[in-house]
Amino acid sequence: MAQKFSDDIAAIEKQFKVLGKTEFRGETTLHVELAAIKEVSRFCKDTLGYTYLIDLSGVDNFGEEPRFEVVYELYQFERGEHLRLKTSVSEDLLEVPTVSDLWATADWHEREAYDMYGIKFAGHPDLRRILMWDGYPYFPLRKDFPLAGKSSDVPEVAFSEPAPLAGGPFVTQPSTGTTQDREPRSREF
Amino acid sequence: MSTTVAPAAYDSKIEGNVIFTRLDAAMNWMRKNSLWPMPMGLACCAIELMATASSRFDIARFGAEVMRFSPRQSDVMIVAGTVTYKMALAVKRIWDQMPEPKWCIAMGACASSGGMYRSYAVLQGIDNLIPVDVYISGCPPRPEALIEGLMKLQAKIDGEQSFLAQKEGLKELTA
Repeated sequence: MAQKFSDDIAAIEKQFKVLGKTEFRGETTLHVELAAIKEVSRFCKDTLGYTYLIDLSGVDNFGEEPRFEVVYELYQFERGEHLRLKTSVSEDLLEVPTVSDLWATADWHEREAYDMYGIKFAGHPDLRRILMWDGYPYFPLRKDFPLAGKSSDVPEVAFSEPAPLAGGPFVTQPSTGTTQDREPRSREF
Repeated sequence: MSTTVAPAAYDSKIEGNVIFTRLDAAMNWMRKNSLWPMPMGLACCAIELMATASSRFDIARFGAEVMRFSPRQSDVMIVAGTVTYKMALAVKRIWDQMPEPKWCIAMGACASSGGMYRSYAVLQGIDNLIPVDVYISGCPPRPEALIEGLMKLQAKIDGEQSFLAQKEGLKELTA
């Protein structure tokens, strides 16, 4: 008897407390409690067959409480199902249980989330920065971190200085104007 | 039958084989035509750098085909690509290991100025750390642009007066 995707969702909802369920363009997102995320992950992998973790990332919802989110993209090869799990974590706690023991690929993804947002992963085997250097004092993908960066110095390793933005950031301006109004370029002129 | 040996004097056979020049000119000529690059390939500019070295553009025509991946055997560092802060001091260290005389080409927008990466992670131009002789614009520059940059560097080397400067320095010391 072939199991359907809706059966997966029902099984998760039956076993665990699901805080929210979003469906958008055929993609399903389950928002689960921080305390349950490890068990939900384990259930998805071992019982439902979501053996592949496509990606794990952090989100900074600056100004909201809880501030951070961790997003898990799961994939099931047998039926080609894609499931997204989310969990929220407050700035004060800032600790999420690791899933690197379930999916080995989560090791580096969690290191990246730690590097960029400062979210710690409890039980991670080697939680070091992965992109920035050891000793860099900031978490650069947080919303309150300026794009230009801040100065820092770790002697013999690396230093950093704020970059001149010169009228940037050079991003497309969303509006109903012409291409010339919207195109990414310096706003100084 | 007897042969007479001419006394050591002006020998017309040597004429044409002896060149008189200034020491600086000779040194510069030798230096500029055998620039051994240290390819500091850090991003997509390195692809164009490889194309420049390959048969179609053939940087060997300018004597700069000997890519040395060892800084101690190279003359010119071609910084090709985005220099992140994490990489910056490694680039500096490799530069420090190169023996004098040495030159630096900042290839492309990123190496010259940080390019489009106005961000927390990218050094805004390698000239913040090491002295640059030639900047090449482009994102990435075409191989022709790199070759022109190399020719500009050759012209610059041709104008150097390293021996004269050394002599002046000695004069000052002995004075």
